[in-house]
Amino acid sequence: MGLKQKLHTLKEKYKGKKMAPAFNALHTFLYLPNEITHGGTHVKAADDLKRTMNIVIMALVPCLIFGIFNAGYQHYAAIDAAKGILTEPSLFGNFFTWDNFTLGAWQVLPLVAVSYGVGLAVEFLFAVIKGHEVEEGYLVTGMLVPLIVPVDIPLWMLAVAVVFGVVIGKEVFGGTGMNILNPALTIRAFLFFAYPTWMSGDKVWVHGAVERAGTADAISGETILGSYAQGQEVVYSLWDMFWGFVPGSVGETSKLLIIVGALILILTKIGSWRIIFSTLIGALVMGLIFNGVVSAGWIDESSKFFGLMDVPFWQHLIIGSILFGAVYMATDPVTASQTNKGKWIYGFLIGFISILIRVFNPAYPEGVFLAILLMNVFAPTIDHYVVQGNVKRRMKRLKVKTA
Amino acid sequence: MSKDIRIKRGLNLRLKGAAEKVTANAPRSRTFNIRPVDFHLTTPKMVVKEGAKLKAGDEVFYSKDQQDIRFLSPVSGTLTEVKRGAKRVITDVIIEAESEDSYRDFGVLETSKMTPETVKARLLEGGCWPFIKQRPYDVIANPEVMPSAIYISGFNTAPLAADYDFVLQGQEAALQAALDGLAMLTTGRVHVSVPKNDASPFKNLNGIELHSISGPHPAGNVGTLIGKVGPVNKGEVVWTIGAQDLVIIGNLFLSGHYKADRTIALAGSSVKAPKYYKTKLGAEVSTFVYDSGLNEENVRVISGDVLSGRSVSPKGHLGHYNTVVSIIPEGNDYEFFGWNKPIFNKISATRNMTFSWMQPKKEFELNTNTNGEHRAFVLTGMYEKVFPLDIFPMQILKACMVKDLDAMEQLGMYEVAPEDFALTEFVCVSKQPHQKIIREGLDIMYKEIG
Repeated sequence: MGLKQKLHTLKEKYKGKKMAPAFNALHTFLYLPNEITHGGTHVKAADDLKRTMNIVIMALVPCLIFGIFNAGYQHYAAIDAAKGILTEPSLFGNFFTWDNFTLGAWQVLPLVAVSYGVGLAVEFLFAVIKGHEVEEGYLVTGMLVPLIVPVDIPLWMLAVAVVFGVVIGKEVFGGTGMNILNPALTIRAFLFFAYPTWMSGDKVWVHGAVERAGTADAISGETILGSYAQGQEVVYSLWDMFWGFVPGSVGETSKLLIIVGALILILTKIGSWRIIFSTLIGALVMGLIFNGVVSAGWIDESSKFFGLMDVPFWQHLIIGSILFGAVYMATDPVTASQTNKGKWIYGFLIGFISILIRVFNPAYPEGVFLAILLMNVFAPTIDHYVVQGNVKRRMKRLKVKTA
Repeated sequence: MSKDIRIKRGLNLRLKGAAEKVTANAPRSRTFNIRPVDFHLTTPKMVVKEGAKLKAGDEVFYSKDQQDIRFLSPVSGTLTEVKRGAKRVITDVIIEAESEDSYRDFGVLETSKMTPETVKARLLEGGCWPFIKQRPYDVIANPEVMPSAIYISGFNTAPLAADYDFVLQGQEAALQAALDGLAMLTTGRVHVSVPKNDASPFKNLNGIELHSISGPHPAGNVGTLIGKVGPVNKGEVVWTIGAQDLVIIGNLFLSGHYKADRTIALAGSSVKAPKYYKTKLGAEVSTFVYDSGLNEENVRVISGDVLSGRSVSPKGHLGHYNTVVSIIPEGNDYEFFGWNKPIFNKISATRNMTFSWMQPKKEFELNTNTNGEHRAFVLTGMYEKVFPLDIFPMQILKACMVKDLDAMEQLGMYEVAPEDFALTEFVCVSKQPHQKIIREGLDIMYKEIG
């Protein structure tokens, strides 16, 4: 074992030095470390944080691959649409094509590279400065970020946002496991509030739409939510929405693949099924309430909220990115509620508030990321009250005994 | 009267190398020891000097804070060495044994003549008080405080643990004597847990409250019994005593001698012929380890079970409270892509490409590798699945880490001992040292609240 021995010698040589965390991060990527238990349990379970994070990434990969093809497909479909040709999506006819892939990959892979490159550089820097090991949290964040941004976002913008998200969203709190806000969503929120003209509107969601705007070749980059919010006719069928042949952020369009990812997370016991289900329930309840408002006749078609309120409640789950948020974002164990009861409340409120924001904010109808960030802030409060229940039970027991 | 308790949350670790139900006599050990580290928070004060001749049952040291609590020599021999560590703290007391034991006679204490005072006095002078531990704090019980109940676990569900039904066979008389005596020292009852549908020797004893517990480990932990029967409230004290320690206590009453005999299970995948050995507390582990033979060189010898035992050197001695010696391979080697390849040969509570959940019958051969590096707490909801007490494990651990005494108290710190957190430590993806965190938390509370 030449390589193993050589790396071991190197590790011993750099032990205690400044660069040791950086070296160890790469070393442990190749080899499970030779660390043994001291005191406490003498044996440990097989899985570590690296393995856990790796599963989440694998659950995201289908979305990424689909996103690559979809980026290409939407571009060509929009060009055709501008010429007056309506494209019927077919999986092997015009979706999984080499053209779509090359165009999509050319757009999406740089996003992945920038996200990982910049983010991990910041992580390594902090690990070396603070002298702790490089934690694996960013491996997932780095994968999530390219999936939740518009395909045409300039790379410099993404880089700035990633630095902000990792430093302010995570490292200032002490790194992975200590953060209050989901770092990926912090990055998304930063982009949204720092570059609002870029991140909203109807141009950024399809590759090429921005640079062609105002020219003779102009194409539409409107998302379904945008159409609803403006009260326009939605041109996509429900099946298109479910399969994901629609414009949107890179990786969040295919509901089918998100469900596959959710199953992976639930079956491996990494993602909390409680959060996923309660989020969906919360969204459905809010959708039902709005449907009720419409059918009760309290608002009519002249209202600017009518378009989204009138959407049948269950369709809220397949438009926009609420499913993606519920499965991959809300379940982030660090920023979610940490008690089982708290998870139900936390998830329900996310779903509930997502649809609320979606309906009442026509300027930017995707509310799920704001809802999750909001609930991230309240998660410790929810936990506090759940834990207080346990504390109160204990106090009561004491009173009964002493009385 | 028997009450049924069923626990659902837990995890059975099926390890290779369980002891065969055959008892052998371990060769007589050349040296014996008493290790103060076994008696947490006890500061020893020596009564005899190096070179002193001792009978089995002669006092070696007493506790500086509770001078009535005495620690006796398990054998007759010569005290050869008092090992000291930093700040001259006594770390080990070595006694070179004679070939035959002669016992110091305390006199027989008949059940009919037992009163709370005589029982207590006999336990203290007869060296059996250290077997009695108290909660809160999981330390040797304070003789001045009357406990509200006494809890004894009549079985052990820890991996590779000794089968108490087997080792306690024929000891009913001693057990009954010990229980009769102890029952006088509490205002409440003596609660004993036994496994369901099992011929436990405890089932035929009088004066105790039996609880049959079924379910995965930690069903056999005394902490689980306490948690289900009567969690410790603030200001309360309960006692816990190991089932095998009762035999020593009972024999003290019946024969008047401090007989530190112990039948231990020698187990683990590294042991060639795992079986039971009759030996004495403080004996060299090598006496039975080499009798049974080892499969490999690079091993860890653990006095106790693999979850909460203490690792000892191959020349080390059996701990004061232990009923099993486990030997498993050391895992100080790298594993290529060990963090992402599918794993079939290790136990896991999740299904992250780990397949122990598909092999419910397989016996695993675990080593001491941590299977990953130490990280901050990230995953949630994992601990609750293996933790049967009505306590939030992660929250109480965090309270201990930040030394928040109020939160620790509110979250149930009086109810727990480090061993209750052995399983959460095992499944912890972040490889946090839960038992150490809880131990340090208890120590702070002991110091600040007392």
